[in-house]
Amino acid sequence: MTQRTTMRRWLRKGLAALCALACAAGVAACGSGGSDDGDVIKVGIKFDQPGLGFKKSGTYEGFDVDVARYIANQLGYTDSQIVFKEAPSKQREAMLQNGDVDMILATYSITDERKKAVDFAGPYFVAGQDLMVRANDDSIKGPQDLNGKRLCSVTGSTSAKVVKDRFAKEVQLMEQPGYAECATALLSGIVDAVTTDDIILAGLASASRGKLKVVGKPFTEEYYGVGIKKDAGSKEFATKINAAIEEMEKTGEWERAIENATEGTGYRPNPKYNPPKPDEGE
Amino acid sequence: MAANESALLFDQPGPRMQKRIRIINWAAAIVFIAIAVLILLRLHNPPDGENQLSWELWKPALDGEAWADFYLPGLWATLRATFLAVIGAVAFGLLFGVGRLIPNALVRGVCGVVIEFCRAVPVLIMMIFFWRWFAFMDMPSPAYWSVVISLVLYNGSVVAELVRSGVGNLPNGQHEAAVALGLTRTQSLLSVEVPQAIYAMMPAAVTQLVVVLKDTALGSIIMYTDLLQESRRLGSMYFNILQTLVVAGVIYFILCWLLSRLAEWLPVRMQQRTMAPTEAEPVAPIAILDPSNVNQIAVAREERPLGGSQRLYHVHHRGTNASIHNWRRTRYTQGYDETQPQSQVSKEGHQHHHRPHPGRGGRPKSDDGRS
Amino acid sequence: MEGFISLFQQYNVPAAFLVNLELTFWSALFSAILGIILVLMRISPVSSMRHVAGGYVEFFKNMPLTIIMVFMVLGAFAQLKLSFSDNFQTNFFWLAVVGLSLYTAAFVCESLRSGINTVPLGQAEAARAMGLSFMQSATLIIMPQALRGSVAPLGNTLIALLKNSTVAAAASVATETSSLMSEMIEFRPDVIIQIFLIFAFGYVILIIPIGLLTTFLSNKLAVRR
Repeated sequence: MTQRTTMRRWLRKGLAALCALACAAGVAACGSGGSDDGDVIKVGIKFDQPGLGFKKSGTYEGFDVDVARYIANQLGYTDSQIVFKEAPSKQREAMLQNGDVDMILATYSITDERKKAVDFAGPYFVAGQDLMVRANDDSIKGPQDLNGKRLCSVTGSTSAKVVKDRFAKEVQLMEQPGYAECATALLSGIVDAVTTDDIILAGLASASRGKLKVVGKPFTEEYYGVGIKKDAGSKEFATKINAAIEEMEKTGEWERAIENATEGTGYRPNPKYNPPKPDEGE
Repeated sequence: MAANESALLFDQPGPRMQKRIRIINWAAAIVFIAIAVLILLRLHNPPDGENQLSWELWKPALDGEAWADFYLPGLWATLRATFLAVIGAVAFGLLFGVGRLIPNALVRGVCGVVIEFCRAVPVLIMMIFFWRWFAFMDMPSPAYWSVVISLVLYNGSVVAELVRSGVGNLPNGQHEAAVALGLTRTQSLLSVEVPQAIYAMMPAAVTQLVVVLKDTALGSIIMYTDLLQESRRLGSMYFNILQTLVVAGVIYFILCWLLSRLAEWLPVRMQQRTMAPTEAEPVAPIAILDPSNVNQIAVAREERPLGGSQRLYHVHHRGTNASIHNWRRTRYTQGYDETQPQSQVSKEGHQHHHRPHPGRGGRPKSDDGRS
Repeated sequence: MEGFISLFQQYNVPAAFLVNLELTFWSALFSAILGIILVLMRISPVSSMRHVAGGYVEFFKNMPLTIIMVFMVLGAFAQLKLSFSDNFQTNFFWLAVVGLSLYTAAFVCESLRSGINTVPLGQAEAARAMGLSFMQSATLIIMPQALRGSVAPLGNTLIALLKNSTVAAAASVATETSSLMSEMIEFRPDVIIQIFLIFAFGYVILIIPIGLLTTFLSNKLAVRR
């Protein structure tokens, strides 16, 4: 009988410990995502896109980040009052809707489909779908040269389909979870080109120390906007953001940010559309 | 262990054989080393692309910044998900495992269906669904909770089967003694059998922990920023993704390996607390719907004393309600060892044919012994 | 209900399951062959073979499948230039088969080893007494009995393999079930629960028979001693 009570006690202790641990882990899990109100602005960016939004040494860098900082500063927040959060492509709408973030700058194209769920300010940049190739490869000058070649894009993106349907029927597609995998594949020679928006490619090419280059003939236009929550005050908020973007373009801050992000690639944003006039959502 | 196995198949070799073995040994070693060297050479000097062994690529994968900004946060995310998933899985497993044993047919049926369902659906399918669904429902951090819930459901169903086989492997005497004390079937189950089953399943649960840890890596497919995902990110900075993945792989391996060692060390400790055999590996619920296989395999794993002949009787006279189809009827047939009549309930106790219906109660347990 | 019907009309779900079944079939075949070779190495008198086989099993048992799959593409294909076909889709399919086979072989080896332990020593002694060599006694006496003794763990490995075939998505196989499911959810988020149920029950329907067959076979084939 004593045996049994000891066992029971052990069991109970174990259970209590388990519960305590569960609570600790639960709290820890929420702690990082917990809301910290007060005077901060929460901005959703990409954490994994060199040149646009990338987390490095505890800080964030890239063109989206620079624009976000500038807007926040203009709205009256200091750098230390900006909280950056990761906004993966598939969660952007949800994050805005449930108030996880106040605005999103994460290569977020303005589309009619998305406007049903969220509001936009901007655009702050007009990107275009382009190709990235190895620096020593001169055979690919545009998407029409891709017949019989191999193209890499990211799982779930439509950019590869655009190339296949509109330009090169004979292209072979490879899907990878991220652009870094695509770039690795490109470097090793198993694919001949990577496709997505030119500014993303320029950021990657800049990180490749001269081994990759952007073709530089964008064949679509993507208007990058600042995603904000759809509510009564969104119009006012969008107007403020647009004013900030305009200010940034005027002072030359905007151009400097692009140069920083694409250093060493000789990349120039499509001059036909850039810098764009931010008038969305007003 | 190796010595025991080798004793199975060949005699102690004589001088000539020893010489031949030595030659084959060296030849094989040279072949294996050659394969490894060829692979390394290929990586060092690929047809096109970069030298994958250059320090230029390895340094950013190993320096302090990489650890502080990528591996350690990723590892923390992985461990956090693993930890919560294990706790959830144990809770889920206890609930449904016990549910599958209690006398009420309805509860048993429902628990059975839930367990079999969770065991059959691939974890990745569950993860993708929960991820999109949680995001759809506006839940915060959907990827994290999706990883945790999916792992809880799958591993919980495995733990449930472990509970069931743990109870099934208790000696009959435990249940009988409880009943003799006036406990009901459910009471005996909850206060005598299940607590012992928990100790018995502990090593197997630790082995399952390895599975959980490995499966969190699936989370990277749904963009959960675990160790694997973080190492990919690090790799996208210097295009050394292969190197960062190797580092992540080594971390996973070390953790899993340590846990496996723990699972091997645990049985001895746990055996002091239970009458059921403690197993390092969750071999129990092997064939779906038939946990009684555990006896067959447990017998197979028994040590052979003096390196010799098979045991005539087994360490544990186990058996019993592992298969609950006929739990009352077969608990005496199963686990009966003809060579040890004195250790068992006498055969006259029941009249029906010695072998339970094939395919239902599993193998008749007289097979554990010799005939 | 209408949701289900329109989903089936819009997407070819059976074709995706077929890809998973093909992956499973080829991986089962190759991992069985590799697993038998490994277990023979593990029980052989040659110590270097024993160590290599042991290391192999230990390595793959403790390594996430996702990493192995990513390595098949970025390591084996991109760096080592292991290529099966110029057609990408075929190539990735076979790379995934190789990844799954390498991974599963470790578990096949472990299952067979537990089966070998069910063969009484007397069988090996008798084989030796009759003058059979190591390979002869292994292939004619031990392995046939071991196989029958390890039906249950092997069946379990097969079930795990079928479920693991969804991880081929990490090796760029874009036509299998988990990829199709992501695609369907992307375009039809309104019927997300129906989509999940289709795939979940697809796997339940595939796996329960394997389980039942395994149970039946392990009882039927068990060596009565």
